[in-house]
Amino acid sequence: MKTEQDVIPLDFEKPLIALAKQIAELEEKALNNGNKKIVNDLKNQYEKVKSQIYKNLSPIEKVKIARHVQRPYALDYIQLISPIWIELHGDRTGKDDSAMVGGLIEIDGQTLMAIGTQKGRNIKENQKRNFGMPSPEGYRKALRLFYHAEKFNMPVITFIDTPGAYPGLEAEAHNQSQAIAMNLRELAGLTVPVIAVVTGEGGSGGALAVGVANRVLMLENSVYSVISPEGCAAILWRTRDKAKEAAEALKITAQDLLRLGVIDEIIPEVEGGAHYNPSLTSQCLIAAIKKHLSELQKLTPSEVKNDRQDKIRKMGAFISV
Amino acid sequence: MGLKDFFKNRQLKKAEKLQGKIALNGSVNGHDIKTPPPICDDVLCSLWTKCQSCKELLYTSDLKKNLSVCKNCGYHHRLTSQERIDQLVDYGSFIEIDENVLPDDPLNFVDLKPYKDRLKEAAKSSGVKEAIITGYGNINNSPVALGVMEFQYIGGSMGSVVGEKITRLVESAILKRLPVILISSSGGARMHEGILSLMQMAKTSSALKSLHEAKLLYISLLTEPTFGGVTASFAMLGDIIMAEPQARIGFAGRRVIEETIRQKLPKDFQTAEYLLENGQIDMVVPRTSLKNTICDLVRLHKQNHKPIGSNNGKGIFHEMPILARI
Repeated sequence: MKTEQDVIPLDFEKPLIALAKQIAELEEKALNNGNKKIVNDLKNQYEKVKSQIYKNLSPIEKVKIARHVQRPYALDYIQLISPIWIELHGDRTGKDDSAMVGGLIEIDGQTLMAIGTQKGRNIKENQKRNFGMPSPEGYRKALRLFYHAEKFNMPVITFIDTPGAYPGLEAEAHNQSQAIAMNLRELAGLTVPVIAVVTGEGGSGGALAVGVANRVLMLENSVYSVISPEGCAAILWRTRDKAKEAAEALKITAQDLLRLGVIDEIIPEVEGGAHYNPSLTSQCLIAAIKKHLSELQKLTPSEVKNDRQDKIRKMGAFISV
Repeated sequence: MGLKDFFKNRQLKKAEKLQGKIALNGSVNGHDIKTPPPICDDVLCSLWTKCQSCKELLYTSDLKKNLSVCKNCGYHHRLTSQERIDQLVDYGSFIEIDENVLPDDPLNFVDLKPYKDRLKEAAKSSGVKEAIITGYGNINNSPVALGVMEFQYIGGSMGSVVGEKITRLVESAILKRLPVILISSSGGARMHEGILSLMQMAKTSSALKSLHEAKLLYISLLTEPTFGGVTASFAMLGDIIMAEPQARIGFAGRRVIEETIRQKLPKDFQTAEYLLENGQIDMVVPRTSLKNTICDLVRLHKQNHKPIGSNNGKGIFHEMPILARI
């Protein structure tokens, strides 16, 4: 477990850092003076402020937690939930995109296909991972692995944490749109169970391309949106500074999406976010995955497919006169 | 003297005459008028249209007769969904379906204005109820299921209604064993319906999976402009994908890409011709040969389509009376 000193604080966490510092200083003095009461009062206040901050997180604050550079990524969760990880590479036509990872894992003796978008934690890693923004080749690698899972009857688990599909010249030239569209269509047709977990940022079509699933789960402080709050603000408010307002209007938090019926379950995180205690978060995650998997495995292959298609069919809100 | 100059001169002369009249009468409402009052040019505007590409002034009725393609430079002007249907479908054969699937405001979305107001304004200015019209029609007597997007309605953006209408169209095409033709013109997913708009990408693609399994033909026509969530879902899933000349088509917008990669993009980037060169679409089809091309394609795939009703190679709606359009 990370101690709180190891974690890089976000701006809204600064009052907590100040208090913690004060407590530490006083504690040192208290050891000499025996003045324990002040320290205890401060500690109580600390807990109060802490729970107040974390209980009333605004959507834009959740975006910041979801994007936290220390937030556990797909490969972290995979290591934590499976004793084995054999990564499979390449789209078989031209490239291996490191922004999308995939491979075999084992849970309770059962083989699963794990696929996820993968960010890097520093400049060097991000050069390789492209900040978690997959290219068409990444989506085609995922598609190849979906087919592999279908052939060998393995359930698919996907981990979603991406700002979106990469908007670049080469990505367009290699048909980013078609790569995403094909994944949407083919995921809809799989007969093995698919469970998608939004672990950080669910960035639009680039996230959905690995998110068409029987069950969609979200970590408590993750977000999932049709467009980034900044992008939405730039278009509708004509300034990126209104990202806070856009984040509220777009309804992007796990709690909002559960209300809208888009996701099935929220996986709890520790106070402050999963990066404070990745292993505890992964335990909650694995419990949820097992629960949903056992439900889905009671169905026949064609029922699994129908279950997914029926779920997608119901999405949307309109008036029918 | 070009048409443009002729037009300008005429307007100037008229203005002079009018000014002369005012001068003769002294003043209007007791005020001296130095500049002539603007001439109402509503009528003139409807008679003449300036080509958006070469800026040539074109006689509007000539332009319409030429399917809104500029005779001077070949630029394909954007069509309204109704114009598109009129051009493509046999006269009187189009039957609209699901016209009463109407937009809702599930998020109570407010940016600079409420989404509800935007919907009302869009309906008023575009004359349609949502960003797509769906229905059945005949193309040279071959029956098809047809969906045409309307760019004038909030940029042709895909919200719940667009997704639902496409899904219903595809589902009914499977039941009736009809080929599907979708004509896209869209900025992408509609932000005002948030995640529900995103889910329409999955919904339409899932329906197209069933169409694919039913082995029915799906022709996707991409027109100026097609972007974002629409390109990245149903528009790129055609068995045959075609585009109109010079149409801009892509996933991310040009400006976003330029900001990301910090370099200028080639001029022809994301045009229909660029997509053809990069192997992303089957063909670029000029509007003048569009109807015949689609008709030929439908005919050449007819082995999988079994029209119900009168089945002499004629359309299912062949014997129906010509219906008045709503």
